[in-house]
Amino acid sequence: MIRDLIRPGTILRLVVFAALIAFLLAPDRFAGLLAPLTSNGAPPIYHQSSLVDLTLSHLFTVAVSTLAAAIVAVGLAIFVTRPAGAEFLALSRAVVNIGQTFPPVAVLALSVPIMGFGEGSTRLALFLYGLLPIFENTLVGLSTLPPAVVETASAMGMTGRQRLLKVELPLAMPLIVEGIRLSAVIGLATATIGSTVAAKGLGEVIVAGLLSNNLAFIVQGGVVTGVLAVLISDGFQAVARHAAKRRGVSSGAPPAEPDEQQAAA
Amino acid sequence: MTTLSDAATDRAATPRVDRLGVVIAILVVVALALPFATFRATRIASGTGLRLFDALPAGTAAAVAAVLVAALVTAVASRRPTFRLALGALALAALALGAGAAGAHLTPADNPYARIAPASGFWVGVFAAAMLVTDAMVRLKLGPVGRLVALAVTAALVVALLASGAWSHLSLIAEYRNRADVFWREAGTHLVLAAGSLAAAVVIGLPLGVLAYRLRKLRDPLINVLNIIQTIPSMALFGILIAPLGWIAANVPGAHAIGIRGIGMAPAFLALFLYSLLPMVANTVVGLNGVSRAVVDAARGMGLTDRQRLIQVEMPLALPVILTGIRIVLVQNIGLATVAALIGGGGFGVFLFQGLGQTATDLILLGALPPVALAFAAAVVLDAVIEISGKGKA
Repeated sequence: MIRDLIRPGTILRLVVFAALIAFLLAPDRFAGLLAPLTSNGAPPIYHQSSLVDLTLSHLFTVAVSTLAAAIVAVGLAIFVTRPAGAEFLALSRAVVNIGQTFPPVAVLALSVPIMGFGEGSTRLALFLYGLLPIFENTLVGLSTLPPAVVETASAMGMTGRQRLLKVELPLAMPLIVEGIRLSAVIGLATATIGSTVAAKGLGEVIVAGLLSNNLAFIVQGGVVTGVLAVLISDGFQAVARHAAKRRGVSSGAPPAEPDEQQAAA
Repeated sequence: MTTLSDAATDRAATPRVDRLGVVIAILVVVALALPFATFRATRIASGTGLRLFDALPAGTAAAVAAVLVAALVTAVASRRPTFRLALGALALAALALGAGAAGAHLTPADNPYARIAPASGFWVGVFAAAMLVTDAMVRLKLGPVGRLVALAVTAALVVALLASGAWSHLSLIAEYRNRADVFWREAGTHLVLAAGSLAAAVVIGLPLGVLAYRLRKLRDPLINVLNIIQTIPSMALFGILIAPLGWIAANVPGAHAIGIRGIGMAPAFLALFLYSLLPMVANTVVGLNGVSRAVVDAARGMGLTDRQRLIQVEMPLALPVILTGIRIVLVQNIGLATVAALIGGGGFGVFLFQGLGQTATDLILLGALPPVALAFAAAVVLDAVIEISGKGKA
């Protein structure tokens, strides 16, 4: 744990995090840095809303939808891997494969006619799209357990519920966390676009910059969103590594499974 | 590997009722209860929902309802995939033709501004029928060629439907008619963005992947950097790239002349290219890593040079994994190119964001449905290609 903390990568992340917090709390101190990007005396710092408020609502939107998606997706994946839900297994795999070809921005746009403008449609889109990676990863985790482990658990007299809670889910945990990471990263990106449908979030700063041709707004909105996404993704990867360690797999969750990289949105 | 889910499938092989069929049947009932079409007096007026029998002449409505009920019965009663596929496809056709007929039936002769659009009942019905078709397709276990044929037939039917004019009274087509020229221009831009950035990523990413495979020291830092880029939200990356490209356009002689601008297609293209590098490089490394040592040693023993070995032995063996990278990139870029419109990069996103700006649902659909269809088709085609390319090596 201590050794983890003094690795150069960790230190770099802490510095970046501190810089992010400093910028969000006192953006005007950075005005000099951004001023060269403006022209005709345009303001270098976005002041229509507070950056802290925008960041918090952005994160809240993503957190609520990702949490809801995680609960539903893990529940569904458990259901289709039990005998009662076996009939849905093949179809649900196909639906997830097809669903993941849908561009997240299209899902966002299509949820506007259903939910109207504002946070509602963004949350619906984030929730719907967020289901897919979590469901897929949970399904892979639950359906590729080493048979010896499962048989041992049954032989020990564990009931189905005990086996699920004490053996299957803990073993699948690194993959489940990786799925939640993917959903959160896609959610952060889609929530940024959500500003075009009047959801409160950091995309507002970028959109304002694009509309008023103010590069300083675009860059500060872009950098804050980008840094947030990278730090949150790293955080989830650390949790996945921790879960993998507990599981007794030293290699940890691979950061770049070639099959699961459709993170950008 | 015997998996839990396989065991579960075996145990549930002979239940009394098809539970999936029951879900589909419930959806069909819901679809019949919801409004089938919406009537609006003008393009952005609020609409009135009309149920199937109010939206269509009695005979047509009865025919559509009969097909839907037949699909419902099939979903519950029959387990034969061919039956389910046929009835699902028939239900989709009935819904599509019914929607077109509703357009023709409801458009008043004296009001060319009236707009008819399919409503929630239509969409729920399409969803239910699509589930039935998908489930049947999964159970039929079509091979790669079969899937390509199915895709081609579907595409031909959709083109035939649009070309026949059966939908010409629907508001989606009205939106298209008003901007047909722009539509095809933006479609071209969209394809150039998605396919062009893929081509650039292949040209740069493949050698970079080979290099990362050869040089262990380079591998982790490179993949880490590409991973971070992949994590940055598209709107943020599109925006951030405006700054350096704008500077280049203003300060590097000749850059402006070859189309480099701070805003527009250049930053969008560059962002898509950067997003594409991770799947290309990572999959090239994974694919080359997967080539068995024995094969490499045998090639070396035969006296092949490094270059010969790479081109004649390692690359062909790594091809399926590299193609998987190309599939990820293409599907991802078709979707992400939609966002390019926000920074003036064009593409289908132009209609999508215009539609959002005007709260015009049909315009949103005009911008959102083509990328969805393109990404789906690209995934089906490349999945088939990957399967075929992998077969020769097994």
